[in-house]
Amino acid sequence: MIPAAFDYVAPTTVDDAVRALSEAGEDAKIIAGGQSLLPVLRMRLAAPSKLIDLGKVPELRGIREDGDALVIGAMTTHYEMQHDPLIAEHASLLALTANAVADPQVRHRGTFGGSLAHADPAGDLPAPALALDAEMVVRGMDGTRTVPAAEFFTDFFTTALRPGEILVEVRVPKTTGWSAHYEKFNRVAQAWSIVAVAAAVRVEGGAIAEARVALTNMGSTPVRATSVEQALVGREATPSAIRDAAAHAAEGTSPPSNADADAEYRKHLARVLTSRAVSAAVGA
Amino acid sequence: MRITVTVDGTKFTDDVEPRQLLVHYLRERLGKVGTVVGCDTSNCGACTVHLDGHSVKSCSVLAVQADGCEVTTIEGLARDGNLHPVQRAFHDNHALQCGFCTPGMIMQSIDLLADNPDPDEKAVREGLEGNLCRCTGYQNIVRAVRDAAAQMQGGAGPEAEQVAGAPATAGGTQ
Repeated sequence: MIPAAFDYVAPTTVDDAVRALSEAGEDAKIIAGGQSLLPVLRMRLAAPSKLIDLGKVPELRGIREDGDALVIGAMTTHYEMQHDPLIAEHASLLALTANAVADPQVRHRGTFGGSLAHADPAGDLPAPALALDAEMVVRGMDGTRTVPAAEFFTDFFTTALRPGEILVEVRVPKTTGWSAHYEKFNRVAQAWSIVAVAAAVRVEGGAIAEARVALTNMGSTPVRATSVEQALVGREATPSAIRDAAAHAAEGTSPPSNADADAEYRKHLARVLTSRAVSAAVGA
Repeated sequence: MRITVTVDGTKFTDDVEPRQLLVHYLRERLGKVGTVVGCDTSNCGACTVHLDGHSVKSCSVLAVQADGCEVTTIEGLARDGNLHPVQRAFHDNHALQCGFCTPGMIMQSIDLLADNPDPDEKAVREGLEGNLCRCTGYQNIVRAVRDAAAQMQGGAGPEAEQVAGAPATAGGTQ
C-alpha cells in the first residue's frame, strides 16, 4: 500500500516548522515519528497535501531538569524515555508506560509528543501525562503558550492545539521517590490497550500520602480517577485498602462498547486494573 | 527530493518521491530484496531493518526520513562470506519454516541482543513482540536467539554495523 502523493519539507528549527505549517494551510500535517500517521496514510484514510517532518529539529529532542519539573522534548522517542536516567529518577511512571507501547521497532521511532498530539484514546502516553499534571508547551505564529494536560485532550483524536500550532515540549512536575506502575490489558502482543491504568503513589511510613491515577480508553479522552485518588490518600498501603479505593475507578467514565469489550466489561476492568496498578506500584 | 543514505556500507544518492516508503526504496531502487514486505500494516515486522543502529519497520518509515542515515539490512550482515552469528544460529537451530519472517526476525534479534546480551526466554519473546511468524515456529526462533547470545557473549551491538568512510555511489547502483 502506497500513500497518496504529498509535498514534504523537513525544517531544522521550530520557527521554520511553525512558519511552514502556517503557510501550508489546513491540509498539511505534522509528522513526528510517524508510527500512527504512516499506517493511516498507507491505508489512505488521510491524504494531507504536505507533510512537515520534525525529525530534523534538534531543539525538539532531549530531556532536562528545570527546578521542580522535567522538560521533555516533543520528539523524544519511547525508547529514549525507557532508558533515560532523569525520567527513571523523577518520572518513573513515564518510563514504565513507554515500556508498554506497541513493540520495540515502534518504540524506536514513535515519540512522546507525537502520541500526545495524536490523542488516540487507546494510546498509552496520554493517561500518565494527565496523572502527572504535565503541561504542554505549544508554539504557533502568535508565540508560545502552555496548556495543562487536563485541558489538552478534548475528544477522540482531538486536542487543544489550534491550527498552526506545534507541541514543542512537555513539562512534567517531578515525582521523585514515588512508586509507579502502568497496568495494560490487551489480548495479543503489540496491541492497543482495551483498558489501562497509570498509577503513581507516594508512600510515607506505610501509608499512602499522595496518589495519582489515570485511565486509558475509558472514554474519548484519558480520564483522571480522582475519587480513587481521594480514597487512597491516608490509607495503609495494603491490598484490601487498595482494592476498596479501586472500586471507585469507573465513576464518571463513559467507556466505548466495541468488538474488544463492552462498556460494562471495561468498567470492571478499570476497577481490577486500578487495584493491580496501585498494588504493583507500592509492592503490596 | 534528493536523499543520501548509506545502506549496508555503501552510500547512495537518489531522487525519490516523498511518499516512497523506505522498504520500497530498498527493494525497488537498490535491489535489496532480502528485506520483504509482509503485512503492509506495521504488524508483522518482516520488513525490519536497522536505522542508525536501531530496529525499525521499514514499511513505516519514509525514504526521505532516512536521509543522512545509515541503514543495515539482512543483506549487510554477512562478513567475508561468513554468516552473522545470529544468521548462523537460525540456521543451526532450524529457526525457520517458510522463511518469510526470517529477515525481520534476525534483524530484531540482533537489536534485542545489543540491548540485552543475555536474554532469558521471556525477554526474547518480549523482544520479538513486533515480529510475527505465521508458521508459528516460535520455539526454535527463541532457541536460536539464546544460542546466538551464548555464541556472541554480547559482541554484536549496533557499533558492529557502523561502516566508516563508506564510498559514495549515485543513481541507486553499487
